[in-house]
Amino acid sequence: MLVSINWLKDYVNTQQLPPAELGEKITRSGIEVDAVIDRSHGMTNIVVGYVESCVKHPEADKLSICQVNVGEETTQIICGAPNIAAGQKVIVARPGAKLPGDIKIKKAKLRGEESNGMICSLQELGIEGKLVPKAYAEGIYVLPEDAETGSDVLTNFDLDDTVLELGLTPNRADAMSMLGVAYEVGAILSEEVKLPKISYPEASDTAASMLTLNVDAPEANPLYVAKVVRNIKVQESPMWLQQRLMAAGVRPHNNVVDVTNYILMEYGQPLHAFDYDALGSGNITVRHAKEGEMITTLDDAERKLSGHHLVITNGEKPVAIAGVMGGANSEVSETTTTVVIESAYFASGSVRQTSKDHGLRSDASSRYEKGVDPNRVIPAAERAAQLLSELAGGEVLAGSVVFDELNKEERIVKVSPDFINSRLGMKISFEDMWDILNRLKFNTEAANGQLVISVPTRRQDIQIPEDVVEEIARLYGYDEIPATLPEAETTPGGLTPYQAKRRIVRNLMEGAGLLQATTYSLTSEKSAKQFALEETETTRLLMPMSEERSILRQSLLPHLLESVTYNTARRMDSVALYETGSVFLKGDDELLNEQEHLAVAMTGLWLDNSWQGEKKPVDFFVLKGIVESLGNKLGVQLTFERGQMDDLHPGRTAFIMLDGQRIGVMGQLHPSEQKARDLKTTIVMELNLAALLNLETEALLYTPVPRYPSISRDIALVLSKIVEAATIETVIRNAGGKLLKDVRVFDLYEGDKMEEGKKSVAFSLTYFDPEKTLTDEEVINAHEKVLAALTEVGAELRS
Amino acid sequence: MEAQLQELKTQALERIAEASTVKELNDVRVAYLGKKGPITDLLKGMGKLPAEERPKMGALVNVVREEVTTQLEGRMVILEEEAINQKLQSETIDITLPGRPVKTGNSHPLTRVVEEIEDLFISMGYEVAEGPEVEKDYYNFEALNLPKGHPARDMQDSFYITEDILLRTHTSPVQARTMEAKGGEPIKIICPGKVYRRDSDDATHSHQFTQIEGLVIGEDIRMSDLKGTLSVFAKKMFGDDREIRLRPSFFPFTEPSVEMDISCFKCGGSGCNVCKKTGWIEILGAGMVHPNVLEMAGYDSKRLTGFAFGMGPERIAMLKYGVEDIRHFYTNDVRFLSQFQRTEL
Ligand SMILES: [Zn+2]
Repeated sequence: MLVSINWLKDYVNTQQLPPAELGEKITRSGIEVDAVIDRSHGMTNIVVGYVESCVKHPEADKLSICQVNVGEETTQIICGAPNIAAGQKVIVARPGAKLPGDIKIKKAKLRGEESNGMICSLQELGIEGKLVPKAYAEGIYVLPEDAETGSDVLTNFDLDDTVLELGLTPNRADAMSMLGVAYEVGAILSEEVKLPKISYPEASDTAASMLTLNVDAPEANPLYVAKVVRNIKVQESPMWLQQRLMAAGVRPHNNVVDVTNYILMEYGQPLHAFDYDALGSGNITVRHAKEGEMITTLDDAERKLSGHHLVITNGEKPVAIAGVMGGANSEVSETTTTVVIESAYFASGSVRQTSKDHGLRSDASSRYEKGVDPNRVIPAAERAAQLLSELAGGEVLAGSVVFDELNKEERIVKVSPDFINSRLGMKISFEDMWDILNRLKFNTEAANGQLVISVPTRRQDIQIPEDVVEEIARLYGYDEIPATLPEAETTPGGLTPYQAKRRIVRNLMEGAGLLQATTYSLTSEKSAKQFALEETETTRLLMPMSEERSILRQSLLPHLLESVTYNTARRMDSVALYETGSVFLKGDDELLNEQEHLAVAMTGLWLDNSWQGEKKPVDFFVLKGIVESLGNKLGVQLTFERGQMDDLHPGRTAFIMLDGQRIGVMGQLHPSEQKARDLKTTIVMELNLAALLNLETEALLYTPVPRYPSISRDIALVLSKIVEAATIETVIRNAGGKLLKDVRVFDLYEGDKMEEGKKSVAFSLTYFDPEKTLTDEEVINAHEKVLAALTEVGAELRS
Repeated sequence: MEAQLQELKTQALERIAEASTVKELNDVRVAYLGKKGPITDLLKGMGKLPAEERPKMGALVNVVREEVTTQLEGRMVILEEEAINQKLQSETIDITLPGRPVKTGNSHPLTRVVEEIEDLFISMGYEVAEGPEVEKDYYNFEALNLPKGHPARDMQDSFYITEDILLRTHTSPVQARTMEAKGGEPIKIICPGKVYRRDSDDATHSHQFTQIEGLVIGEDIRMSDLKGTLSVFAKKMFGDDREIRLRPSFFPFTEPSVEMDISCFKCGGSGCNVCKKTGWIEILGAGMVHPNVLEMAGYDSKRLTGFAFGMGPERIAMLKYGVEDIRHFYTNDVRFLSQFQRTEL
């Protein structure tokens, strides 16, 4: 909402406050002022000129040489506008004048002819092109004939004005009108509001004698008022009206349309003007459209209507979509002589649905959607009659044609001062509350210690006691509210075990050298299921903004890998990222099964200590080590099983297992996937983190520190390459008995010294008895059993 | 013999002084004090002396031997030290060479901001509540006093999956769910999480972003409690000398509703480009929980009242760290992420 302060002063005394200060007061008490716009843009030295003569420039076709009377003298100005003509009153920027955009006007010579100033268009005065009346859009603006030659344009034509741009929240529909803003400013400044005085001469014929009205949809249209004005002369509106509309962001058209728009801005009540003769029937019928019925609207679009759209008809065919847009067939034109002015109350839901269906948002529909004031529908129609009588020479027929079933009663809200103070934590006196309600023009009575408030119908947002609390508080001043803390008993607060463990996981990942990434949950069909741990259907948005962001992800890795590629493409060759976040699987009920995952992707060097000659690229075992320490940290036994997954290296992939359940996967990207993603060797992991974090952890009990020494024995074994170390380890552990405490691989050799298809794996076995010092004999016995078991499975001792 | 002894002593002391290495000095020791050395010879030769001279001569030899020994040991300490110093000198390293790198990652800046806020409110007795990102329309809108067709729904264009299921547009549904679960009991929670809105991604908009909201419900919770709580938050998060101001606003789920500004932490209020010359920076929205919201979740709004507030960690991170483009948070450029390593404590 754009509020011209000069216009506002018609209704309320703004106490000569500087606009910025007024804006700040409005912001601090409830309605945010987004911008304070100076319409004068610092312009100076701009006067009304009279073009005494105008001849073509001999050297330039498009230029005219004009002799312009600027009051104190007649001076020569060269003008390039196509619509310049002798006899016009025009806007002249004199030499020394300043125009918006830091333009200074100087005397000049144009193709040999002297030019003492510039004849201006409205755009040159800082008015947006889309607001300039069509007749002047391509040229200079022509002032009315009675404009006083030599007078100051800024003051005479309201350009010495400031506009406040209000950012309205949906509840403050009342401030979508100048009167509404006047009430707000009046409440802030303790000033009275002056409503427009409405009076006009009426013809002896009645409106009812020319027009009949049927409303067939009283729920969607409980109030319809029509006035008939005849003998109208459709023409340009007076300057003041045009300027006010432009200040409000509305383009002037002709006096009839401009009057309806002016009242829309003034009262917040949309009006529509029909050409009476074009209606052709002397009847208006409001009804729901027939399925498939067509109308061509004012924007020349042909629109197909449905049964739930409300239309205004001439008794036969639609002439307007109610509250949204008029029809081309009944539009007011230059030749119109009699108009029907419609002022109506259309239900907000109906207008919202209709404007949504047709993609049509207008100043009218947006006001209907939020609810107009039931008590302004009739006054707005009267105001229109008055202005058409004054500005278009119209003859207003007596009375109105009215259908009225609308409840216009004020809502009563009861609230006690104690309630208000206890909600605010303040001690505002009864008198102060009373004063604020008076300033708001809320009729209030005091009864049984309660404030009984009749809320004006313009304030549809005031419905419950809490709404009154807000009114009192905002006008009393939020700065006056003290700062306290809740007095209720204190609660311990904290993280759940799940949340606390999630932080532990993050710390571990970061301690291991990984950076935390955050990627988008929405992805493409192609990426949604890559590396997914479970096979379920994907979930698609009803109306995605793009295919790239149309499906909910089922794994974190695809986006994480995109982030890795983003970095390597920028020459960061070593990248190690992790992410925790939800993936979205089809669930049992209508909601999805959101599973928190942990993913890691790493490429490049893991260890890079170049001057000491140590460089280690990332490999499977770097990441496996991190996963293992994750298990240790969380107190869960994670195991690894050889596995296969699309887009992972078939020989370098493992499933991560917890209690026999597959909860994750890790491995090296398949070379072709690496190539497709423009990556070098990249190791990845995707894990169902929720499964880990949801486990209850056992209480931690210490094991006594050994008092007796342990004894180690090393074994080097020659194994077939396909035999996995874990298999041998199991054999050793099973055979070693209770004295065998630990088995560890400490060497792997697969070089040329080995027979084809063989490898050497060396294990270190630790024997230990917590009760006493082991004897050699005991160790030999246990170790013999291990060796025997190894022989049995065909593992030879390497000599 | 006495003269011989004195001569010997002089010689020995000279050679001790001349010795420049431990080895040379050891040679001197062997030469003068060794079993085959001249002093031992002298002692052996004492047998030839008359008996009455022997004690005197013996004492004299001992004095000389002790003196030589003392001098030698003294010199030995010096030479050993020199030897050590020399060795250390030869072991000198270039300490300006870089250390062996300890790989450390760090949290995402948004996690950093969220955890800082979580910890602050945990210290004030709040619990952290979380909920699904794919939500029912009911919890996302209806339970928050936003029935179907409510004009405020336009404020947040949403990603729907079905007519009744959508990606949550704020973390407020967690509040609605918590209220429903608590069955009328007091609540003190903070709700962080990802949210989604139909915005085209640009420098200031992201279709996915994070939110953190707080909710307190109890007996006699007042608007002054909201102001006090937010003031504590502003000071902890943005510095002790921050002031806050509340401005009236509108949210369907609170009444009264406010927006909170803090005094600009860059210019202190005199006006700069961070605060757009106003001296104030808008940080969050808040208000007293709307009675409809309480009633819908089964609370007696006459008995219990509450306040709620909500903010965007992206905005806070952008303000705090001077990040100019919201997309940085989702691009995962390691040159960006790794800047959030160090503490600010
Ligand atoms: Zn500042």
